[in-house]
Amino acid sequence: MSSDVRFTDFKSDKQPTWCPGCGDFGTMNGMMKALAETGNDPDNTFIVAGIGCSGKIGTYMRSYALHGVHGRALPVGTGVKLANPDLEVMVAGGDGDGYSIGAGHFVHAVRRNVDMTYVVMDNRIYGLTKGQASPTSRMDFETSTTPEGPQQPPVNPMALALASGATFIAQSFSTDAQRHAEIVQKAIEHDGFGFVNVFSPCVTFNDVDTYDYFRDNLVDVAEEGHDPTDYDAAKEKILDASKEYQGVIWQSEKSIPYGEKHGVDTNTSEIDEGAPEGAMDLVREFY
Amino acid sequence: MPADFNWAIGGEAGDGIDSTGKIFAQALSRSGRHVFTSKDFASRIRGGYTAYKVRTAVDPVQSVVDRLDVLIALTPRTIEENLNELHEGSVIIYDGDRTTMENVEIPEGMIGLDVPLKRLAEEAGGAIMRNVVALGAACEVSDFPIENLDSALEKRFGSKGQSLVDNNKEAARAGRDYVAEEYGHDFDYELETTDADYVLLNGDEAIGMGAIAAGCKFYAGYPITPATAVMEYLTGRIEQFGGHVLQAEDELSAINIALGAARAGARSMTATSGPGIDLMTETFGLVATSETPLVIVDVMRSGPSTGMPTKQEQGDLNMLLYGGHGEIPRFVLGPTSISECFWKTVEAFNLAEKYQTPVYIAADLAMAVTEQTFPPEAFDMDAVEIDRGKVVDEESVEEWQNEKGQFKAHALTDDGVSPRAFPGTDGGVHMSTGLEHDELGRRTEDTEMRVEQVDKRNRKVETAREREDFSPREFGDEESDNLVISWGSNEGAMTEAIEFLEEEGVDVRFLSVPYLFPRPDLTDEVESAENVVVVECNATGQFADVVEHDTLRRVDRVNKYDGVRFKADELAADIKAALQEADQ
Repeated sequence: MSSDVRFTDFKSDKQPTWCPGCGDFGTMNGMMKALAETGNDPDNTFIVAGIGCSGKIGTYMRSYALHGVHGRALPVGTGVKLANPDLEVMVAGGDGDGYSIGAGHFVHAVRRNVDMTYVVMDNRIYGLTKGQASPTSRMDFETSTTPEGPQQPPVNPMALALASGATFIAQSFSTDAQRHAEIVQKAIEHDGFGFVNVFSPCVTFNDVDTYDYFRDNLVDVAEEGHDPTDYDAAKEKILDASKEYQGVIWQSEKSIPYGEKHGVDTNTSEIDEGAPEGAMDLVREFY
Repeated sequence: MPADFNWAIGGEAGDGIDSTGKIFAQALSRSGRHVFTSKDFASRIRGGYTAYKVRTAVDPVQSVVDRLDVLIALTPRTIEENLNELHEGSVIIYDGDRTTMENVEIPEGMIGLDVPLKRLAEEAGGAIMRNVVALGAACEVSDFPIENLDSALEKRFGSKGQSLVDNNKEAARAGRDYVAEEYGHDFDYELETTDADYVLLNGDEAIGMGAIAAGCKFYAGYPITPATAVMEYLTGRIEQFGGHVLQAEDELSAINIALGAARAGARSMTATSGPGIDLMTETFGLVATSETPLVIVDVMRSGPSTGMPTKQEQGDLNMLLYGGHGEIPRFVLGPTSISECFWKTVEAFNLAEKYQTPVYIAADLAMAVTEQTFPPEAFDMDAVEIDRGKVVDEESVEEWQNEKGQFKAHALTDDGVSPRAFPGTDGGVHMSTGLEHDELGRRTEDTEMRVEQVDKRNRKVETAREREDFSPREFGDEESDNLVISWGSNEGAMTEAIEFLEEEGVDVRFLSVPYLFPRPDLTDEVESAENVVVVECNATGQFADVVEHDTLRRVDRVNKYDGVRFKADELAADIKAALQEADQ
């Protein structure tokens, strides 16, 4: 690993096809900055992406990467990290990928607490399929498939994470470049599953949860003197639907990552040229 | 045919049937006899009937037959369920003190031994040992020295303390002595012992052991009958070899976790049954098109939907061969015996990495949950070979970079196989995706590249056909005009059926096919035969369809889909009937 890695080293030569002004640009830049800032380089970084606009990120970044099927990015990241704990694993996806089709995996990835980072580009809409309601869309958000609005309460991603036993919960705003990169960096540095929900506005299909909306309503918890290791304070913020919070909301001081708990600490890509030593003992067990 | 002895214990689920049966099987194996076990959950009546059956001989046994010599019946229904297998002179051991057994009727011509199992067990230290009393009685009936039971009891109870072992030994002797005193020694059976050393294991265990032998370092799975035992086997063992087992939240997750581990460079596996394959099919296409080596085991059970979870069937072949949208090559191996479960698993890992493709292992319930004896050399670890295919390191990676220094993980090659760089390799940075992609693994919709990538992936199959030996296993009379073809666990019953058929003057040539895709071309064999019969445990003849497709000839079919495996004698009769019909 070289020490002079710059964040542009994580940029591929492929031009993003995101709409001009898409929040995902800022989200990705912050991820690249945070990776460089934490001493990683593309050769030891693995990005897993799901499906949706956000899923294209593996193409626009330069690192080892897999662009998987819809909703299953977290399981892939789990396997990569446990098979080679030397890799820095970052999983990226959207609100549909993470909180709808992949919601089941989200809950269990949180519980498992594998030492990796999960960045969700939450634009509260399905963008790639041209504007249908997502699990974080508002009750009355009218779309082509929900003309009256979904009429269901939106998923509260941070509450879902907290209820599942999360050890790190943060939220950021993609256009607040400096703050977003800092928050992702903290998630990377966290020993365990670092979850960041990023407000990443869709300029084409969402005229409600816009840059202006978030600018007007965002409250940075750091400015409020919030202590992220205070569970009750974190819970209060997470359940407060009246504001959009930015910052590290919750970080457990007792987090023990899965690998440490289960003694999974070795790169397993190298194996013996024949059956492993002692394998004949397995046969003798059947006497 | 081996001079065999057929024994069973049956009762209600919860009666300790499995563990008692296993102790007897272990005792026989440790006394140098061959053993083949089967578990019977069969029921014509609804309820919890279960039985553990043991067939044993000095010569190898690899099937079950429709005959029962000694039966330990804990319930009246056990006798009822096995009436067709019991014969004149069969011995039925039961406890007449048990309320339900008081008025039990022993069918005419059979010998009923009323042994106070519970009372004798209580005298030896506890009613819970009544099944062991029955084992002692069975030893006396079959003239099997009770000392052979001791080592199996030690293996089973040793970890729970010597006094428990001693009590069990005493209970066994009480059963033996009771029979000797009350009924004398005059039975027709004599179980000879030998000096041979055998191991006794089932197919799920063989698959798990094969995975460890092959250097598998990662297993992710979700519990499902009858594949759970693979995961249970690996848990606690694979860790000793530097590997890890993870229980996922569902099969969707299991295959994706296993895929992630494989992308990271580990030899990785998941195992499930048909309902799990349904879910995993979603990710299967990604595994295949991202050219990730992954071993996926399907221990088939009766379908569709929840079907009959504890029953035999080979109904998933079409799904494994063709499942998933779009077109993508995959390898499908079908082990034909319990020892082959081991070897085909080893081979699956090599094929997966050499051709960077998912490999399905199509095992079935009949071999997964039944045990068979083998000499330990059948699992010779020194014979295990590892081939990881085209892995590049930091130096050789340069040969596969483009002018910009980008690694071509999906390079178009003559053999269809691209170089593989494990993450962490300097200069090997690349992505892969379920989207159609170019040589760098990046999305493309370029018409030429699309065709080139499809052709490249299909070329791997052609390369494998040239480089690998996909021959069928051959048995019987090579010159015979009667050709029987089968796959999966039917091999054992069929090889014994050949002997039954010989006795009746019917000769057959038998091909047992362990490679389902790519598979051997059987055109010559089919053309040179007068009668061709394809044997399989499903209703529609999925493999027969494949044979017809490959050889452009109609074949006869013997199908069984009642949930029970083929029995050797029954299969011989079915084949004879099919041949007679064909001759008419």
